[in-house]
Amino acid sequence: MADAAHSEGGGLVFHPMDQFKVVPLFGDGEVHWYTITNVTLWMAITVACVAALMVLGARGRAVIPGRAQSIAELAYGFVYKMVEDVAGKDGVKYFPYIMVLFLFIVFSNFLGLLPLAFTTTSHIAVTAVLALAVFISVTVLGFILHGTHFLGLFWVTAAPLPLRPILALIEVISYFVRPVSHSIRLAGNMMAGHAVIKVFAGFAAIAAISPLSVVAITAMYGLEVLVAFIQAYVFTILTCVYLKDALHPGH
Amino acid sequence: MANETHGLSDADGAAVVLHGETVAHPTELQTAEAGMPQLDFTTYANQIFWLIVALAAIYWILSKIALPRIAMILAERRGTISNDIAAAEELKAQALEAEKAYQKALADAKAESARIVAEAKAEIKAELDAAIAKADDEIAAKAAESEKAIAEIRAGAMESVEAVAKDTAAALVAALGMSADQAAIDAAVDTRVKG
Repeated sequence: MADAAHSEGGGLVFHPMDQFKVVPLFGDGEVHWYTITNVTLWMAITVACVAALMVLGARGRAVIPGRAQSIAELAYGFVYKMVEDVAGKDGVKYFPYIMVLFLFIVFSNFLGLLPLAFTTTSHIAVTAVLALAVFISVTVLGFILHGTHFLGLFWVTAAPLPLRPILALIEVISYFVRPVSHSIRLAGNMMAGHAVIKVFAGFAAIAAISPLSVVAITAMYGLEVLVAFIQAYVFTILTCVYLKDALHPGH
Repeated sequence: MANETHGLSDADGAAVVLHGETVAHPTELQTAEAGMPQLDFTTYANQIFWLIVALAAIYWILSKIALPRIAMILAERRGTISNDIAAAEELKAQALEAEKAYQKALADAKAESARIVAEAKAEIKAELDAAIAKADDEIAAKAAESEKAIAEIRAGAMESVEAVAKDTAAALVAALGMSADQAAIDAAVDTRVKG
């Protein structure tokens, strides 16, 4: 990514990572926790889009849905069925939280694909909070529901006895790696795609390469549209899988 | 778990990239901020704060308004569909009933018409029989009358034959030059005719 910029040299200037900068919207001051930044703006737009789809889209309450209501119902049904299928019937009462996660991520990802947009989900700070929230609540829930039986998740009774301590170690490590992989998967995918598009855009400055660059950007953009949805889906379904582990520990 | 290993490799990949960005070309970076904005810890508090605000807002919107509303719409639709299906079943049953009634009426009408036809036929036959019997009687009477007339005529003819025979016999007797009284001739002819 950045290497390409330096090897090309000449008059080309690449700033593929500039799009991820967090800057205050008003003035150039320091970024405090309460400062209104581009993060604030794009998260507000995300909230507005969620409200527009889920509230305004379904305001007709029509028996025969219109376009917006169809999409809202489709999103509802999609996540509801995912929770029910993966986490089981008793997972359904956590459906609103998972719906919040899914809608936030999917709208952030797609809004980030707009030109000049800021992608909130490309920041590890954001995805780590999401992943840790899932990790901590799922772990706490597991202990509340099953007490120490929840630790049975790490004790593979199906394996021969001598293997069990080793498997337990592996299971514990994999359990604690979950939030790391969960967060970096989303942020990494978002960041990489946007950075690659930016690099291709930088090449467009050379007239001879620019048609190729435009084609490459178009192709990458198509891929990114796919990735934007798939990553939201993956994040959500993994959340459901973790929830299932908390509700039904033991393999 | 496949997901876990995939996640690990992702994490490794990202770590390598970070390493390359920050360490491999540290001197070529124009400014300090040209690294990864993602690793600028001074912005973390800001992002986390606004993320929590956004998530809380979405949660409030979904749980207070959107999800109950959509759940209600879906339940209502299911209800409407099952009601409509039930109504359709009822209408279908009614249609079947109506068809049955129609078929029954048709069968009744057919039976009634057959009965009327049979009655008419019987009546006509009786009348016809009566007429034929009457005609037969008339014919028989006429035939008897005719027979009587023929018998009379025949009797008349026999008498004439006798008279002619007697006359002829008398004439023959006279022609042969003999004489005989009328009474003897008549007796002789009568015995011949009867014999």
